[in-house]
Amino acid sequence: MKYAYYPGCSLHATAVDYDESTQAVAKALGVELIEVPDWSCCGSTPAHCTDELLAAALPAQNLLAAKAVADQVVVCCSACFSRFKFAQKHIEEKDDLRAQLSETMPIDEIEGMQVRHLIDVLVRDVGLEKIEQAKQCDPQLKVVCYYGCLLTRPPKVTEWDDPEDPQMMDDLLRAAGMETIDWPFKTECCGATFALTRTDIVLRLTAEILQMAREVGADCISVACPLCHANLDMRQDDIRKKFGVECDIPIFYFTQLLGLALGLEKRDLGIGRALVNCDELLTAKGLA
Amino acid sequence: MTAEQALVNSTETASAQPANGLTDTDAASSARQAPRVGVFICHCGINIAKTVDVERVTAEIAKEPNVVFATNYTYVCSTPGQEMIVETIKSHRLDRLVVASCSPKMHETTFRRAAAKGGLNPFLCEMANIREQCSWVHEDREQATQKAIEIIHTILEKVKGDEALEVSQVSITRRALVIGAGIAGIQTALDIANGGHEVLLLDRYPCIGGNMARLGETFPTLDCASCIFTPKVVEAAQAENITLLTYSEIEEVTGSVGNFEVTIRRKARSVDESKCTGCGLCIEKCPTKVLSEFDRGMTTRKAIYIPFAQAVPNVATIDKESCRYYKTGKCKVCQKFCQADAIVFDQEDEMITEKVGAIIAATGYELLSKDVYGEYGYGQYPDVIDGLQLERMLSAAGPTTGEIRRPSDGEVPKEVVFIQCVGSRDDSKGISYCSKICCMYTAKHARLFKHRVHDGQAYVFYMDIRAGGKRYEEFVKQAITEDDAVYLRGRVSKVYPRGKKLIVRGADTLSGTQIEIAADMVVLACAIVPSPGVEDLARKLRIGYDENKFFAEAHVKLRPVETNTAGVFLAGACQAPKDIPDTVAQAGCAAAKVLSLFAHDHLTSEPVVAWVDEEVCSGCGLCIKACSYDARKMDQRKRVAIVEEVLCQGCGACISACPNSSCELKNFRSDQIVAMVDAVT
Repeated sequence: MKYAYYPGCSLHATAVDYDESTQAVAKALGVELIEVPDWSCCGSTPAHCTDELLAAALPAQNLLAAKAVADQVVVCCSACFSRFKFAQKHIEEKDDLRAQLSETMPIDEIEGMQVRHLIDVLVRDVGLEKIEQAKQCDPQLKVVCYYGCLLTRPPKVTEWDDPEDPQMMDDLLRAAGMETIDWPFKTECCGATFALTRTDIVLRLTAEILQMAREVGADCISVACPLCHANLDMRQDDIRKKFGVECDIPIFYFTQLLGLALGLEKRDLGIGRALVNCDELLTAKGLA
Repeated sequence: MTAEQALVNSTETASAQPANGLTDTDAASSARQAPRVGVFICHCGINIAKTVDVERVTAEIAKEPNVVFATNYTYVCSTPGQEMIVETIKSHRLDRLVVASCSPKMHETTFRRAAAKGGLNPFLCEMANIREQCSWVHEDREQATQKAIEIIHTILEKVKGDEALEVSQVSITRRALVIGAGIAGIQTALDIANGGHEVLLLDRYPCIGGNMARLGETFPTLDCASCIFTPKVVEAAQAENITLLTYSEIEEVTGSVGNFEVTIRRKARSVDESKCTGCGLCIEKCPTKVLSEFDRGMTTRKAIYIPFAQAVPNVATIDKESCRYYKTGKCKVCQKFCQADAIVFDQEDEMITEKVGAIIAATGYELLSKDVYGEYGYGQYPDVIDGLQLERMLSAAGPTTGEIRRPSDGEVPKEVVFIQCVGSRDDSKGISYCSKICCMYTAKHARLFKHRVHDGQAYVFYMDIRAGGKRYEEFVKQAITEDDAVYLRGRVSKVYPRGKKLIVRGADTLSGTQIEIAADMVVLACAIVPSPGVEDLARKLRIGYDENKFFAEAHVKLRPVETNTAGVFLAGACQAPKDIPDTVAQAGCAAAKVLSLFAHDHLTSEPVVAWVDEEVCSGCGLCIKACSYDARKMDQRKRVAIVEEVLCQGCGACISACPNSSCELKNFRSDQIVAMVDAVT
């Protein structure tokens, strides 16, 4: 199984632990990820807020670069994933946009390229059975899966399993021997980029998510998006100060939890880079 | 312009005398004589005249051979217009007519009557549609005028080939079949029966009553549904000329208006209806419990069951899907205890054939499943219920004997949120229509909740309040002013459980704020959708349905209870969402249509039917397969296909199927069609 791998800026910087754990897990499961040569920015929020052409051109440029490696490109960051999927849809549906793009790039060449999220690849291509076989232990962790907004919505763009009650991350972690708790906040908003401009909103929203995770009895939260991770992991101190609630709950990338089940080393999975300390939890569960 | 003036202005054409020099004294022409056609071109006020130059059309058409008279007039369908036709037939010895005006669906009967009054065979009168198919759909006057001329040319070719046809008379079976025994079907059946005719009242469920039997109280008067409905149910059950056919389904319908033949599957109850006393002992002893459909899953019933206490008929039915005996071959407890010896395990479905003259579809509605709403928990939260589930709670005969108790723990809810338009007016769920009754029943629910739980609080999320109806708006006002319901204009984005509460998160668009309510119970006003299986029934009845699968009426304003198949009528929510007052009114209307049909001694049958040239027919039988009306049969002695003229609807399917052109449709013969096509090419 060979895929082009688009890390995006986060996985090379603030979410380097997501990149490390992705590479480690992929290697352990025989998924060959080849980084897209000379990849560039996906456009992120600034591009699609300001210029439709730019918002399509940047992912298109990266898809062209990825095509040199494979017909399928794996994207881990939810925001990059969303931007790639949106660009593909817009290019497919809008003739004038396609015409504009074709002035600067051979746009027809990216037709048929598949943009895949790593969860999708692990569940559908690798298969839950293989993951069950590959796991080295049953981590006795109670996990809530937090999908955030961009993986599942809008459903016609991301084509995830279910926009209101997604299951794929749950299925994956259950196959890896963890207990996933059904909870109502799988797709709540974490506040996203308001972290910088309206921190008060992010504090309120993340406080609710963290509290609900505690209420339903979770040991930790599994995420698939660098920004969700940042908002949930970095704000816990401020929440304690502002609302006076104890939330102290470790946040993991799903790849890190999967890696633990596969018996990989914590340092290879980037565990320990987050702000909320997870040593106590992992020790208690015999995963230290 | 008067009719007289029109006559003066009209053009006597050069071909007034027959070209062959014969004199034609007889108005009904023989084939040897050249036809004498009169053409009447209608202005339809400005409907036609604005886009089509009727004067030019008249002048052009007058030049045609065989046209001995052509004129135009403001409204040919008016009384003077019709008189003009009658007069002209006589004065110009016309033997054929063309009226160029609207669609034949509008006025063919009018002009054929005028033709008959003038002494012509009505089937020698044709209409050229220059309104719907020309002036209404075009803007360019020059081109529209040219097209109108061409349309009239084609119809001239047709009328020249037309033959005088005679209508025949068919007897009527004065007996009706009503499909579906809810309030719509029962009301229709009662009205027809009270008119003195026999009615078969069929329902696929083990008892009659439909959705109305489930209801607690009804708007806008808050009288109990049972109190007003059971008298009707009992009347239907006791009426001498109503036969109940419960647990039965339509297998096949053949024939046509006045003389349908319906094959009905009487599903095996595994209980002898004539012996069962409804004592209920079998039910008590049956070991298998399943969710009750009648109580919408809020209680259980046994595998042998009577849906509810007042069910008519009060006869048990074994649900074979869940019965232990049918599944494992062991049990028969019910049979052991039955003192009436009514249990018959080897009972089989019975097919019966009934002749009826009219059929009324009254198959009602279902609620869109709440399982499709991810945002409201996919039906997984027990305290998120739908409107009909609340009705069962509100019913004195329901699972809580009329008390409102939440399904999860039986506690009395204090804060209840009602969400309207769940599915309705929501294109993302594929339903763009308004379900019409939810505004009213939600207001009723909010009021009844307050009447039962005095310290309770009802919240209603709505899009718009549509309370058009007698005393409806007042009723909603009372929900707010007397029963303190809080109405919030906005949508609910999410319902999720937190502890014992359901958190309802929505928007109040009037105050522009986000709202979160910690509710004890949530009631969804799910969209009204047609009952399952309507497509199949529509196919059997040969009637249409719309994009939402509601049965299609013949005309949305003027023929709301008729269908496009003569003799098949509609009543109730199978046609569109409707409340009880509207349903009862429509049921009465459908019954009136049936009664007026049954008031005739005979029906006249349309003579435009298929015809077989027996010398050419090879007896291949393809026409028999092509016919949807059972009108084509094989004459085994002559080995040729024949036409049962009474059954033939003149659709033409057999004509296209015939490989050697041995059948033709009268007055739509191939030579006529070819001449019509040639006229424009």
